This record gives sequence, C-alpha cells and structure tokens, in this order.
Amino acid sequence: MTVAEFFGCGLIAFGPSLAMFGLTIATDPIRTIMLVASAFFWLLALLFSSILYTAVVQLQDYLAFGVVFSVLFQELFRFLWFLLIQKAEGGLKKVSDGNMQIVENKHILAYVSGLGFGMISGAFSLVNVLADMTGPGTIGMKGDPKNFFIASAVTSLAFILLHVFWGILFFNALHRRAYLQLAYVILCHMLASCITLMNPIYSVTIPTIWILTILSGVLAFIVAGGSHRTIQSAFRGRPQVLQVNADATGNFTQVGGM
Amino acid sequence: MDGHVNIDRDEKTLSVEESGSRSGKKRRRSQNQDVSASQPPTQSSRPEGESARPDALDTESAYNNSQTRDPATQGVVRRHPRGGGGGGGGGDAGARGESEGRDGHVSASTRGNVQDARRMMQPQSEWEELEEEEEELKYGAQHVIKLFIPVSLCMLVVVATVSSVRFYTQKGIYLLYTPFHETSPSFGDRFFDAVRNSLILLGVVVVLTVLLIILYKKRCYKIIHGWLLMSSLLLLFFFTIMYMQELLRGYNIGMDWITVSICVWNFGVMRMVSIHWHGPLPLQQAYLIFIASLMSLMFIKYLPEYTLWMVLAVISLWDLVAVLCPKGPLRILVETAQERNEPIFPALIYSSNFMYSTLGMANPDDDSRSQGREMAQEGTSNSGSAASGAEGTQRPRDNPQRRRNAENGHVVADDAGFTDDWRGQLDKRTRQRREQVNNFAQQNPSNVDYPQAHPRDLTAEEDDERGVKLGLGDFIFYSVLVGKASSYGDWNTTLACFIAILIGLCLTLIMLAIFKKALPALPISITFGLIFYFSTSLLVVPFTEKLASQQVYI
Repeated sequence: MTVAEFFGCGLIAFGPSLAMFGLTIATDPIRTIMLVASAFFWLLALLFSSILYTAVVQLQDYLAFGVVFSVLFQELFRFLWFLLIQKAEGGLKKVSDGNMQIVENKHILAYVSGLGFGMISGAFSLVNVLADMTGPGTIGMKGDPKNFFIASAVTSLAFILLHVFWGILFFNALHRRAYLQLAYVILCHMLASCITLMNPIYSVTIPTIWILTILSGVLAFIVAGGSHRTIQSAFRGRPQVLQVNADATGNFTQVGGM
Repeated sequence: MDGHVNIDRDEKTLSVEESGSRSGKKRRRSQNQDVSASQPPTQSSRPEGESARPDALDTESAYNNSQTRDPATQGVVRRHPRGGGGGGGGGDAGARGESEGRDGHVSASTRGNVQDARRMMQPQSEWEELEEEEEELKYGAQHVIKLFIPVSLCMLVVVATVSSVRFYTQKGIYLLYTPFHETSPSFGDRFFDAVRNSLILLGVVVVLTVLLIILYKKRCYKIIHGWLLMSSLLLLFFFTIMYMQELLRGYNIGMDWITVSICVWNFGVMRMVSIHWHGPLPLQQAYLIFIASLMSLMFIKYLPEYTLWMVLAVISLWDLVAVLCPKGPLRILVETAQERNEPIFPALIYSSNFMYSTLGMANPDDDSRSQGREMAQEGTSNSGSAASGAEGTQRPRDNPQRRRNAENGHVVADDAGFTDDWRGQLDKRTRQRREQVNNFAQQNPSNVDYPQAHPRDLTAEEDDERGVKLGLGDFIFYSVLVGKASSYGDWNTTLACFIAILIGLCLTLIMLAIFKKALPALPISITFGLIFYFSTSLLVVPFTEKLASQQVYI
C-alpha cells in the first residue's frame, strides 16, 4: 500500500502541474527560467515568514499567526516579483527573440509565475508527507484521520491550482489597476489558508477550498480573455489542448489565442 | 569595408556587402560585431559589450581565420587591428569604423542592460540596434537550460543515491586530508577541526593547481595527460565498482562477480574512449555527469560533517580568487591555453553544445543566429529572415568544407580556450576552474594571434568544443551541497538548496553575459545554497513541519 499510496498521492498533487509544466513551459527556456525564479521568490517569502514565526516566540503555539503573516508575505513577494518582471520587460523582449508572445501577452508571465509559486508551495507542503508515505509506518493509529494522506494531496493540488489562478488575477489586477481583483486575490488566499486551520474536518475544508479554486479558475479564465467561444475553438481547432485539464485549458487557449 | 569586416569571417563579408543596402539592420548587426572585434574604442567596452552568447565571435573568427584560403580575406585576417586601431582597413573603413565605433558604443552601453534581463527597461528605439543581441540572448537562455538540465541530473543521481543507499551517509572513515574527525562533543572544537580540515584540503588544492599550471606552462602534456588518465581510471573503475556494490547491497540484489566485472569493464573502457578520445556528445555528457555524481558521493561519504560545509565555503572563496585575481592560477592557465590556442583537458569540463552551435561554427554569427531564430520563431523581423536567407545559401557550402578539414586533421575550430566559459576539475577531487578566454583576448590582444595560431592536429572533435562549459568541479560541489542537505532526510531543505543553486547558476550566467569575463561558478551558487540550507533547516523546517502535520496550507 505504501508505495502505491506514494505514487497515487504524488500524482494527484503534482500530476496536473507537471502536465502543465511539460506542455506549456518546458518547451521555452525563458519560461522555465521564470518559473524557477518565481519559485525562488516564493522561497524568499517563506523564509521571511519563518523568520517572523521563529522570532515571535510567544505566538509560536498559534499557527494562525504564522499563517496570516505568511499569506501576507507571499502576496508581498508576488508583488515584488511583478515589479521585477516589469523592470525586466525590456530585457525580456531581447531574450524572447522575436517571439513576442511572452511580452505581449501578459498572462503568460502571470501564468508562469503563478505556476512557479504553486509548484514550490505544493512541494513544500507535501514532499515530506510524501516521503513519509513510503513507510515504514501506519497512518491513523491513535484516532488520527485515516485519510490524512489523500486529503493532503487533494488540498495540495487545490493550492497549486489556486496559486496559478491567483498569479493570473494578481498580475492582471496590477496591469489594469483593478484593485478589487487584487483584494479578491489576497482575501481568497487568506480565506483558503485560514480554512485549512480547521483540518482535519475534511468535509468542511476540502469542499470550501475546491469551491474557491473553481471560482478563482473561472475568474482567471475570464480575466485572461476566455469565453464560451474560445473554449469551443480550443476544442475544435486544437485537439491537443484536449489533454489539458479544464482550468489549464483556459490559460492555454489564451496563450495560443493571442 | 575590407579592413574590418573580414576580421570576423570571410564569407560573411561577401554577404554583408551584397546585402548591405538591402537590409540595413542586418548590416548594422554584422558591423556591430565586426566593430566590436576591430575598433579601438570598443575594445575597452567590449567586455560588457559582448553578448550572452557564450561562444562568441572570437572563436568563430579563429575558425575562419584558419581558412585563410579565401582570397577576400587573405592577408587581412589578423585580428590585431582590433587592438591597433581599425587602421588595418582603408580610409573608408576607418571613417566608417568611426561611426560604427560609436554604434558599437551605444550597443555596448545598452547591452549591459539587455543582458540584465531582470533590471533594466529597454527603450524601444534602441532595440532595433540591438537586435543582434536578441538572438544571442536567446541563445543564452537556452544555454542556461542546457546547464540546468545536467546540473539537475547530477543532483538527482546524488540525492537518489544518498537517500536510498545508507552507505553514503554512514560515517567512520574519512579522507586522508581531513585528519581531524570532529569527535569532540563541544561545538567549538568541532568547528575548529572543520576549519583545520578545510584549510588542509584547500592547501592540497592550491598545491595541485600550481603544480598543474607549472606542468602546463612547461608543456609537459604527457605528464598532465597521464595524471588525468590515471585519476579517471581510478575514479572509473574503483569508484564505480564501489558504487555498484553499495547500490546492489542497498537494494539487496545478488550479482556475481563476473557480471559485475564485465559491466564495469565495458562501462569504464567506453568512458575512457568517449572522454579521452572521442565519442558522441550525449555519451560524454552522461559520463561526465556520472563521474561528478560519484565524486560528490565520495565527498559526502568521506568528509566529516562540519568540514564538508566549511570546505564548500572555502572552495568557493578559492574559486573566486583563482579565477578573478590577476595572478590567479586558473587565470594564468587560461591565458596560457589561449596563447597556445588549444583546448584544455576535455575530461574535466562539461560542455553543453548542441546541434546548431556546431553549424554556427561554420558560419559563426548569422548561422547560429538564424538557426536559433528559426527554432524560436521564424521570420519575425525582416532582418531575421534576411539573415537566414543569406545564410541559408552559405551553410551548405560551409559544411562540406568544414567536414573536409576535419577529416584532414586540420584544426577547424579549436576554441575551447577562446570563448567558452569553462571550468575544469584538475585533480580528480578538488580542482575546478572556469575560464573564458575571450576575456583575455580582449585584455591582451597582443597575446592573441589567431591567424598565426598553428593548427593543431585534432580529430573531428571540433564540434565537441562548443557551447557553455562548466567544470566538473562545479557539478561536484553543487551536488555535494544538495546531497548533503538531503542526507538529513528533509526534502524541503533539499528543494530549497536546489532552487537556490539553480538561481545562483542563473545569476552567474547573467553576470557572464554582462561582464564577458571568466567567472567562477561556485561563489554565488554555493553562497545561496549555504544560506538557504542553514536558514531552511533552522528556521523554515520547524514552521513547515508544523504546517504539514496539522495540514495547514499557506
């Protein structure tokens, strides 16, 4: 069971993001570099929130404190990353070498950096759990939840996707100065993270998070210029898009569409 | 026109002249390059003026210059005009050189920005002029990936081995060079032991480096090659057997000695052939990666804990000194290699060349550029299509010639010492260097005399000398860091170190593009790696552990 569970949970959590990475990012060196760099920014955010968490000794028992500030730090670093990309736009033009897609279509960079944030955050929240899955050990001995692993994997997947959508919404909000969207992203992130404080009441947390995920996905899809027609054309004109999941299809359509 | 254009290449000259009026951009581009190679004003600014494409022009010109048969270039091909002023050409060339020199300046000053893809905005007006850069940067981005992949693979092998085979994390036996075993319970004593160990190790490294440089200076190639051959033999057979044994033991697989010895023999001999003589590039790369992993596993196993971290810090400092210091040994080595126009120790350098860079060699600038352009996206700009169109006709002509040269045993492009940033691990354990001889060509033009550089006998391996080069030492120490981080069983730390090292490598390559100068690859990456290792394991892990155990997601 252990190895099977390891692969199952690992693929649940990282399968979609790996597919997105392989289909949309790995082919382009610049996108790959941007992905790694945005992951690095997420790491910096985590580092700062950990420093804060460690420094404030009195509140270490209250995880909520760490979570709230971590969310704020993540959004701050997403903003800094956005600023950096803005600064580097000229350079990106050179780097992208005539392939102006990445510069002209802002959503690509947003998507790439969102995926970078998502993958690294999913990895950080799940790798050690995954490593424990291979055993030895038994889950749920002392009244602990028996579906700890699968719940972790499903929530990680939701968070990876959420980060992608947040990335798109956040960047779009900054580009168009739509501060409502910005607020939505931050509040949604805060809500999703704080909901997980209620774990292990999975019947509440997982549906909530997935509702948030789908909502954010739809919003991101609309913001990125998607509509009923683009889905149709995506399915008709580009059969290879069929292989991407529904949320990624939105991005992908957009990527190809402009 | 004749004065400077042909410095770079012969056939290109013709095409430039033909298409000069037709495509202004293209002309400017070629001029820019020529200018950067020929004009005195640009000479000073050239280090940053050159672009991200690591195998820059000098190499190619070396190649072309070896083909001085072309009447158009005969006798003018010397590169010296760059140092001595564009006076080599006629008055026309001089006048034009003036303006182009300015042109070159503009682009030189802006190129820095361009390279620095993360910091500077590029005004739209300038970017036409810099169009040439674009391709080279694209090229650069690809090179970054070409290094990311092997570095990641090497780390993957090390991490997988460390976390699945217990042998490599068991302590007990240590290297001869680390006599202090950190057995004392107090932190201070162990730290002191670590410092002493790492200083001893550093001393060994320095002595061996100097020895190697002396040997190289005295042209004792036989001794050097014998040394390298011996060390790689030892590494291959001895360590491979050891690795296999531990791997089999770790997974509890039985295998008889005959099978093992046949496997190891084939593996080792194949490796010797492919690295020291020649073989397909992917095979060479795979072998180099494997050797680097074996070496770093050895370090992880045989260095005491604190010593290992200290060694990482000390070695990256040494790297900094040896490469950047004016009298740094590695720098001297490159200089010498460049004077002699020869590659250095293929067994110690990973080179990431790929298909179209070998084509690009035949026709240096535009060929590779247009190739890359085609790969990226075709005909986005007029000049792009013009360039590829012009080059398309040249390529077929070039390649057979190059082939023929190769078959004749002429040196065709003997460039390892020229442009690529390379590093080598000199002694099988501890040595690394990274060089970019281009730099020295710029600084001491008098040292460089490409046309007179006599062709060395080289087999058809000239293709294999191109691309970005990273010394095996870098691979080894990157992997040591990540492997050591993973040996404590925490994957978050490993991931953090991995990302930090990749970012460090990326920054190093960006700086390489900016400074066009031999840069050590260890300092930035290892500093990042060390910072992230310690901060993650001390600060982040307690936090994330708690988050993961309570299933709280941030």
